[in-house]
Amino acid sequence: MSKQQLEDALKRQLCANRKIFVPYIMAGDGGLECLAERIHFLKECGATAIELGIPFSDPVADGPTIQAAGKRALNNGTTLNKVLTTLQNMKESRAIPIILMTYLNPIYAYGIDKFAEDCNDAGVAGVIIPDLPLEEENLVLNHLQNYGIAFIRLAALTSSKKRLKEIAQRTEGFLYAVSVTGTTGSRSTHQNNVKDYLNQLKKMTDVPVLAGFGVSNPQQAQELGSACDGVIVGSKIVDLFHQGKTTEIKSLLQESINTAVF
Amino acid sequence: MNMTTYTKPNTAGYYGKFGGKFIPELLMPALIELEKAYDEAMKDPGFINELNYYLHHYIGRKTPLFRAKNLSKQLGGPNIYLKREDLNHTGAHKINNTIGQALLTRRMGKQKVVAETGAGQHGVATATVCALLGLECIIFIGEEDIRRQKLNVFRMELLGAKVKSVSQGSGTLKDAVNEALRYWVSHVEDTHYIIGSVVGPHPFPKIVRDFQTIIGKETKEQILTQTNQLPNAIVACVGGGSNAMGMFYPFLNDQQVKLYGVEAGGSGIHTKKHAATLTDGRVGILHGTMTNLLQDENGQIQEASSISAGLDYPGVGPEHSYLRDISRVSYTSITDKEALDAFQYLSKVEGIIPALESAHAVAFAMKLAKKMDSHSSLVICLSGRGDKDVEQVKTALEERNQ
Repeated sequence: MSKQQLEDALKRQLCANRKIFVPYIMAGDGGLECLAERIHFLKECGATAIELGIPFSDPVADGPTIQAAGKRALNNGTTLNKVLTTLQNMKESRAIPIILMTYLNPIYAYGIDKFAEDCNDAGVAGVIIPDLPLEEENLVLNHLQNYGIAFIRLAALTSSKKRLKEIAQRTEGFLYAVSVTGTTGSRSTHQNNVKDYLNQLKKMTDVPVLAGFGVSNPQQAQELGSACDGVIVGSKIVDLFHQGKTTEIKSLLQESINTAVF
Repeated sequence: MNMTTYTKPNTAGYYGKFGGKFIPELLMPALIELEKAYDEAMKDPGFINELNYYLHHYIGRKTPLFRAKNLSKQLGGPNIYLKREDLNHTGAHKINNTIGQALLTRRMGKQKVVAETGAGQHGVATATVCALLGLECIIFIGEEDIRRQKLNVFRMELLGAKVKSVSQGSGTLKDAVNEALRYWVSHVEDTHYIIGSVVGPHPFPKIVRDFQTIIGKETKEQILTQTNQLPNAIVACVGGGSNAMGMFYPFLNDQQVKLYGVEAGGSGIHTKKHAATLTDGRVGILHGTMTNLLQDENGQIQEASSISAGLDYPGVGPEHSYLRDISRVSYTSITDKEALDAFQYLSKVEGIIPALESAHAVAFAMKLAKKMDSHSSLVICLSGRGDKDVEQVKTALEERNQ
């Protein structure tokens, strides 16, 4: 059900000849009470879907900005349970797909089947788990599939062609193309081979391919977006929200979406 | 345990339900490469010869199995033997692993090494072998541990390593592992991560165990030579658990040998200020492996606490979780206070100052000895020497006497 909502939203955007833009925010950064407002704001700015981070004490795939946001969220008492409850309460008024980005341990502690069930109740469309590679995904796969939640896989620049193919074929909703060899966070430039990598991934799958990690301005969004279906922007958005610069968020999204046309 | 031959891990890197490789896709190719390189190296007599050469001529193996007559006599129980890993070059068992992994690094054509350290022993052992083999070396250490281990930081720098302070999280070992992993994610193409214990994603727990297995192999040979029989019991301390795994592994099939792993009980299990993961933890996923962890009900990892920086880790090697589940090894804990007492006791009775980590094993062995008869024998893995700890022990004793 919810997976369908994500697929439809992505398709609508692409059919309208626009690039997909998925902003990332950390749940509970600034307090869970502002979550609904931020989601609504990002939707109004033109976001296609929202990636919502669940804070974890040991986020090894994240750079300093998201680490700090996670710490703030944990310090003000954010838990997976509270995030899911908040999402459930705003389910009716929310017209944009939500994708949870969480490390494995918080959902393992929660109970994986209960997590999938509660995600479904809260209308979560998809889940991204950065520390769960192909080899280990059976731990969650059936549970998510039972509730129709998209399990979005991550591809890496270091992956072999064989692995990329398998990842591209297995992914649901969209393919998350990690576009730096490193952690999340702003970069001034991307490696030269990123566009080849994105082009290669495009040929391997029918679902949209989105570039993420290190994308922080409309130029980069345009540059990477030209080789795939859109971008995911995390640290920059997190940083701008933290500084209260919502006007800049608006222009970042609008310029990225407007400049990144086909 | 009803099996006759122990064959863990399986090809997917599991010890029962524990282990695995829970790591970002970015690192998977490096783990696959490492596993392949390791398997090939272990079949290459050239690699084995070179490893043995350094173990003997550089590290100073084999280490003695010393019959601690005074200790045995005073406790009035079994004959107690000390496996003297404290006599290795750099003063602890850590170098058995770092020399092996540094040779593997070179074999994989990588020029750089990254590592984490808590107490500084693994950092020093890594910096040492990198100096020896001409590898670039970066060590991450928590800023809280830098304060506690100033001299080891200087030692690593003397050996040519770059030491990076980690202020994230609580600034201790777990945060140093996080930063080392993040660094590895960003430099995986030319850098190998020399992890310091039997933790992390497969194949690390297996590789580290295998390189440490020399402890148990020598012990077995030595005790048979000295007493004509296997020991009745073996005791080793467990933080991540590498000295214990290396000691226990060659004895796992010898059911008559009782094995004891001793965790850090800190201020006491009930206080929550401890590092006794197997006593008070729950199963979860941290640093690439499924194992027992100190965590809250929401799956957030908690801080460990121990007087011994080397045991101060909220996880434990997945194989230890398995060995506890199948009841092959008994796990217990010793408080800071008991470890401090044993630290002083062994120093006075045998003239050997143990590392605070190893003092946990000594403290439990002293309790165990009281329940054993005089015809039996007990081996303690003395994983390291205590020179690094004397300043901290002095302060702790002064505080206690106030």
